Amino acid sequence: MKAKLDGVLTGVHYMDGDQAACEGALAAGCRYIAGYPITPSTETVERFAQRIPCVGGIFMQMEDEIASSIAIQGAVWGGAKAMTVTSGPGFSLMMEHIGYAIMTETPCVFVDVQRGGPSTGLPTMPSQSDLMQARWGSHGDYDLIALCPNSPQECFDLMICAFNFSERFRIPVMFMMDECIGHMTEKVVIPHPDDIEITPRRYTAKRPQDYLLYGPCDDLVPEMPEIGKGYHFHITGLTHDERGYPDMTVDAQHRLIHRLIHKIKNYKNGIVMVEADDLDNAEVVVLSFGITSRIADRAIIDAKNSGIKTGKIRLKTIWPFPDELVKNVSQKARAIVVPEINAGQIVREVERAATDRCRIISVPHYGGGVHRVETIYDAIIEGAKVE
Amino acid sequence: MKKRRVGMVYFEIERCKGCGFCVEFCPSGILRFSTTYNEKGYHYPVAEHPEKCTGCNNCGLYCPDYAIWGEASEDNPE
Amino acid sequence: MSKEKHPLSDYLREDRMPHMWCPGCGIGIAVSAFLNALKQSRYGQDDVVLVSGIGCAGRVAGYVKLDSFHTTHGRAIPFAEGLKAASPKTKVVVFSGEGDLMSIGGNHFIHAGRKNMSITILCVNNLNYAMTGGQVSPTTPAKAITATAPFGSFCQPFNLPFIAEAAGAVYVARWTVFHVRQLQKAILEAIHKKGMSFVEIISPCPTLYERRNQMGTALSRMNFYRENTVIKNGASTKDAVMDLDKPFIVGKFVDDDSKLTYLEAMNEYYDTTFSCDANYHTYTGSKI
Repeated sequence: MKAKLDGVLTGVHYMDGDQAACEGALAAGCRYIAGYPITPSTETVERFAQRIPCVGGIFMQMEDEIASSIAIQGAVWGGAKAMTVTSGPGFSLMMEHIGYAIMTETPCVFVDVQRGGPSTGLPTMPSQSDLMQARWGSHGDYDLIALCPNSPQECFDLMICAFNFSERFRIPVMFMMDECIGHMTEKVVIPHPDDIEITPRRYTAKRPQDYLLYGPCDDLVPEMPEIGKGYHFHITGLTHDERGYPDMTVDAQHRLIHRLIHKIKNYKNGIVMVEADDLDNAEVVVLSFGITSRIADRAIIDAKNSGIKTGKIRLKTIWPFPDELVKNVSQKARAIVVPEINAGQIVREVERAATDRCRIISVPHYGGGVHRVETIYDAIIEGAKVE
Repeated sequence: MKKRRVGMVYFEIERCKGCGFCVEFCPSGILRFSTTYNEKGYHYPVAEHPEKCTGCNNCGLYCPDYAIWGEASEDNPE
Repeated sequence: MSKEKHPLSDYLREDRMPHMWCPGCGIGIAVSAFLNALKQSRYGQDDVVLVSGIGCAGRVAGYVKLDSFHTTHGRAIPFAEGLKAASPKTKVVVFSGEGDLMSIGGNHFIHAGRKNMSITILCVNNLNYAMTGGQVSPTTPAKAITATAPFGSFCQPFNLPFIAEAAGAVYVARWTVFHVRQLQKAILEAIHKKGMSFVEIISPCPTLYERRNQMGTALSRMNFYRENTVIKNGASTKDAVMDLDKPFIVGKFVDDDSKLTYLEAMNEYYDTTFSCDANYHTYTGSKI
C-alpha cells in the first residue's frame, strides 16, 4: 500500500528531528496524536497541530501523559493510526499503557525524546538513558520493538518503519530519539507518496459469526476487528482466551504470553536493522546508536588513521537486540567498544550476547552532553591492545 | 369476551443469587422464595400465583442477575 | 414453565452468565437499565461502544454484547475520548465505578467536562472500592467504616453531581438502583445529549459496605433508598451531599446541551480559520 498524498510533504527540507518525526508520522498515515507538552519533544506535536487541519486528522492536547498514552489507543480502535510523543518524565507515566497496548495488541507508536534523568533531570539536554525503560518499563513479560534514529532524515524514515512494524505485528513501537537528534536541524528529503510503502491495518475480512478475536493465526498476529461492524468484540487488559474473554488460568496465561513474545521473537530478523561497516577484519568494533553514533564515526576515522582496524555497528533497532550479530563479531574482534549516554545500559546486552574471548569496553556518559571524540578514540586504542 | 392484560413470568434459576429483589418489588406480590436450592446454593424465586402476573417486568428490571423477567400478552381471554 | 429468551439476551454476553457480581450487587440492575435504555434509543447495537475502567463496575464491558473495552484503572474516559475523536459517528459510553472515575481518573473526568467531548459517563457509586475488598473511596460518607478506615472515615466525601456540573457536564442526574424506571429514563436522556453527560447510579455493596456498616442486606438497603431518597428534579447539585444514614436527593439536576462539543467547537473554529485553504475539510473522523 502506498502513502496517502495529502500527508506527504514531498521535497527537500531543512528541519529538526522532532519535526521530521512528525512528517514521518503524517506520511505513515498517522492522523491522531494525543500529547502533553514536555521538553524536548514538544516540537513534534506543535508541528502536528499546525499541519493536521489541512491534512485531515486531529490533535488533542490531553490533561497529562497518562491520558495521552491511552487516548491514542482509543483512537486506534476507533480506526485511526495514532501516536503520542513525550520525554523522560512523561514516558515514565505512560508505562502502564505500553503494557495495555501489548496485552490488547493495539498498534501504536510511543515517541520518547530522551533527556537527562532520573526525575526532572536535565529537561533541555540529551541522554540515552531510557532504553531499558523502553524495554522493561511496563510490568509483566513481553517483547516489543524500539527504534533509534541518528539524524532528522532518519527520524522521518524510521518513523514510517515504526508505524509499519506496529501494524504488521499489532504492537506498540517505541521511537527512541534523544534531545540532540530532536533539536538538530538538517536536510530532510521526503519522497513522493508512491515511493513510501505503508503497511495497512490487519482488519479481518471474516464475517462476525466466523470470526474469533484471537483465533488461530499463522504468524501469531491475529486479525483486528473494526468497531461498528457487528463483531461485538471485547478487549481487555486481563489475561484472555481466544474469544477475548477474561481467563484467569495458568494455561491461558501461558498461551497468551508465549504468543505475544514469540510473534516478535520469531520474526526478529525482519525487525533488526543495523548499519555495519568493516566488521570482517576489525580488531575493535564500536557499537553505538543515536547521537552517539555520529561522534563514534569521527573516533572510528581517527582510529583507522592511527592504523587500527576499526569496525562499526550502529543500531537502528534497539529492541529486539541483534544478539547473533554481536556474537559473531565477538568471535573475531579483540574488543567491542560501547559508548552511550547513560551509565551503561546497552553494554549489558552486548556483554550478554558476546562470547567471553572478546573484551567489552563500556564508555558511559551520564548525560547533559555528548561524548568527546577522544574519549571514544581512547577506548578504541585501549581495546586494540594485545593482552 | 372480556380481554385483560395478562403476563407470564420466566425464570433462569441457575443465574439466581437469591437477593430477593423480585420477591420484594413484584407489584402483584406473586413471587416467593423456593424451598429448594439452585446449583449455587441459593433460594430462587418461584411464582406462587402465576395467573396474577401482569407482565410488567418489574422483576426483570430489578433482577441484578438476569434470572427472571416478565412478559405481557394482550390477548389472553379470561 | 415454558422458557423464553431474556428480553436483553441480544445485548448480553449470555455465554458469560452467571456474572461475577455478588448477590444483591446493584451493578446488574444498572446494566439492565442501560441496555433497556439503549434498546429504546435511536442507536443500533453497532452504533455504540462501551468503555470501562477497572473495578467491579469495570467488568460491565465484559458482559454487554457491544464493541466493548475493559481499559486500565481510571483511564476509561481518555480512551473514550480518543475513540470518539477518531470515530465521531460512534456513540461512546463510559461505564465504570466511582473509585475508577473519580479518584484515579478524577482529573480525566473534570477535563472531559471542560473539553465537552460527546461521551456519556455512567458512574456506579457503591461508596467503596469493592473489587479490592472495600477500602475508602472518594465518595465514602464520613464516619462510614471501610477496610482502610476501620474506625470510620474522617474525610468528607465527593459530591459527584456537584463536581460534574462544575466541570461542565451538559446533563447531570443521580438515581439509585431502586429507581429502575427513572434510572432507565435518565440514561436514555443522557445518551442522546451532545456533550459530556453524566449519570450517577447509587448501588448497594452488601458484601462490603453494607456489611461493615451494619446496614443489613442488599434488600434492606434498597428499602433504605426507597424511604430515604427525596426526588428533587432541578435541585442545586450543592445539595446532593450524601451522609452516612441521612436521606439524600436524587433526580435530574442539569440538562442543557446547548454549548458546543469539542469537535463542534473545533470544526466551527477551523472552518473560519481555514476558509481560504483548498486543502481544508471539516473534520469528520480519522479512520484509515
